Amino acid sequence: MSASRPSFSASGLRHGARLTLPALPGFIMFAVAFGTAAAQKGLSLGQAMGMSAFVYAGASQMVGLEIWQAVWSPGTILTFMTVTAVVNARMILLGATLQPWLRHEPTARTALNLFLLTEAGWLLSTRYHNEGGRDVGVLLGTAITFYGVWLLATLTGYFAGALVPEPRRFGLDLVMPIFFGVMLVPMWKGARPALPWLIAGLVSLLVHALVPGYVFIIAGAVAGGVAGMLIE
Amino acid sequence: MTGLGAIDLGSWGATLAIAAMALVTYLCRIAGVVVMSRVRLTPRVERGLRALPGSIILATILPVVIDNGFAAIAALAVTILTMALIRFDLAALGVGLGSLSLLRALGL
Repeated sequence: MSASRPSFSASGLRHGARLTLPALPGFIMFAVAFGTAAAQKGLSLGQAMGMSAFVYAGASQMVGLEIWQAVWSPGTILTFMTVTAVVNARMILLGATLQPWLRHEPTARTALNLFLLTEAGWLLSTRYHNEGGRDVGVLLGTAITFYGVWLLATLTGYFAGALVPEPRRFGLDLVMPIFFGVMLVPMWKGARPALPWLIAGLVSLLVHALVPGYVFIIAGAVAGGVAGMLIE
Repeated sequence: MTGLGAIDLGSWGATLAIAAMALVTYLCRIAGVVVMSRVRLTPRVERGLRALPGSIILATILPVVIDNGFAAIAALAVTILTMALIRFDLAALGVGLGSLSLLRALGL
């Protein structure tokens, strides 16, 4: 059954790169929104690009900006790490579904593939895999393309955000919540799957009212996750 | 000069924070593959992880928006409504930010 064995080819890389085209507008918009918000929050260009290059996980980058500190202590860094872990825990699921495909891959290439793993790339590659494709080059091709676009779009957004003289007048100080609002809509799959969201929102508001700092994000998200586990 | 020292510490802290964030994120990225080659995720855990993205969004934005007052709440509602109706994210983002700046210009 050599045909079903995973493989890796340069044409796979190119195919993967082409697959990203329909997803690029959304990807660009996300990174531009992040870059703009980062400039508004007072991050240096190096910090904004560093986040995009090394963290490379849009939702956690946006949430990270919300809890960004002017002065850091071990305590705030720990909160920052915990929030990041909660926000990115969903990627465990993406990796788990890729595991059978990557079983025979060299470890170094898998390490790179996973560093570049995104929801968009996962979605496109999983579709290709479900249609019988086994070329891991396709996975890496989507990943590399998305990564390059992400960095360029962050840079663009940062300069756009830094150039606007009165950001509040254009609502740019609230890019993050408005953008998250946009993202929420396609996630809607009916009232029942959204019940954990409601619980997350309520717990977050309650904790925000009672506890100073940013514990409310962790508390709300964890409450939502637990609710998701409990609701059949 | 003590001011300069504080600035240096601050930027060092930011670098550490980004490094910590990158580390945690990479652990999340590899965890699925590492764990799956040993055990299976239970359906219950899977459901919990699936509920996370929407939960994170609401847990993050609700307090922020409410703290920012009526204009922010209304703009978020307009954004979600626009997106639900036209399903075009760039336009929904534009309408959301536009309505926010309009409401603020009106002093609301």
